[in-house]
Amino acid sequence: MPARTYGSAMTSSDAATATQAEINEEIAVIRKAQAHDGVTGWSVTPLDFPPYRSSILRHPNQPLHIVDPEEVELLGPVFGPSDVDPLEADLTIQHTAPPIGERIVITGRVLDGDGRPVSGQLLEIWQANAAGRYLHLRDQHSAPIDPNFSGVGRCRTGTDGTYRFTTIKPGPYPWRNHHNAWRPAHIHFSVFGRAFTQRLVTQMYFPGDPLLAYDPIYQSVVDEGARHRLVATYDHDVTSHEQHTGYRWDIVLTGLRRTWTEPA
Amino acid sequence: MSEHPPTAGQTVGPFFGFALPFAGSAQLVPPNHPSAIQLVGGVFDGDDQPVPDALLEIWQTDKNGASIQEGGSLHRDGHTFTGWGRAATDNEGRYRFTTVRPPGFIAMAVFARGLGHRLLTRVYLPTAVVDALLTTLPEPRRATLMAAEPTPGHLVFNVHLQGPRETVFLRFPNEPA
Repeated sequence: MPARTYGSAMTSSDAATATQAEINEEIAVIRKAQAHDGVTGWSVTPLDFPPYRSSILRHPNQPLHIVDPEEVELLGPVFGPSDVDPLEADLTIQHTAPPIGERIVITGRVLDGDGRPVSGQLLEIWQANAAGRYLHLRDQHSAPIDPNFSGVGRCRTGTDGTYRFTTIKPGPYPWRNHHNAWRPAHIHFSVFGRAFTQRLVTQMYFPGDPLLAYDPIYQSVVDEGARHRLVATYDHDVTSHEQHTGYRWDIVLTGLRRTWTEPA
Repeated sequence: MSEHPPTAGQTVGPFFGFALPFAGSAQLVPPNHPSAIQLVGGVFDGDDQPVPDALLEIWQTDKNGASIQEGGSLHRDGHTFTGWGRAATDNEGRYRFTTVRPPGFIAMAVFARGLGHRLLTRVYLPTAVVDALLTTLPEPRRATLMAAEPTPGHLVFNVHLQGPRETVFLRFPNEPA
């Protein structure tokens, strides 16, 4: 990543003063500069992305220091069957009654960068309820809490890297990045690989969401293909008769190879 | 480009507190363990303000330097050392782990609202030998990776996301640029 800064004039954070049009313009200017600098083609999420206001004071200014991993970093934590109950993968059965909302299944595989399945590893998800409200003290959005939905799930991947969650489709919600800012519906995913260096936290989005075009967090990903790979695919074969609709979403971690080659 | 480009990271956001930390997640060993040490510190932004919505994870060998591949972190039994822990920062941006002292360093991952992708770093024990990474760092940068030990068994390591005391964050050869 070049040492260049893409928004040096911007210093305030969380002021919620910019309009959506101003945010869109900032993103367009950065895209143009990135294309000019040749920062394209990889699924890199820049840490320095001023349209996402909270990043302004929280991204390192120094380039990441390239280092060979030591043995401990080539391994990662192990999670066994005792860590996760299979029922934790169903977010609709955690309370006395079913939650409000559109019941969905999300399934897919976790692979590493060499295409190998990541088996027996921990996946954690968390999300807002159908009204767009998190069960979190700091979430003061006026949408209702659902007493039958916590929005937290866990599972371990199968031998072929497969995971499967049953939940409800989260709602979009407002935030204070800029005036009239709304996050597209999304589910947070926390993923472990075999190595500590593969650790990933990301967000899964839903196809056709009109808010994706306005969201600086989604739009911060440089490469268009990489952005699209954050969006799940509707899959009618996952949809189940009178039960739920279905989405498919695969997650790819980095490879384990030690030598890095310049991407073409 | 790889046939399997990695999934892009996205921020952990502000609302992970009800989901990711769990009972005992920051206690790799019980506080009364004979070899227990405290690893404490704060996370700070570019204005040197505390970051109250950061999440830290640590991963380490045991006190003899042996790699660990033991499950059980999510339901600790009080005896099995899994080498992994997780702590959210509090309202003052501070965190606390209870663990044992490994010979070299403790690997650390940093997540926060505002961070588009996790950051990785190393917490070197004051007694650690100067290794390949420390050798390549000029002194003011190297110091950002060294934990202080003001009293025995009480390690202090602050994470500065930005600014003159910015922590050295790492990229490994398996990661895209």
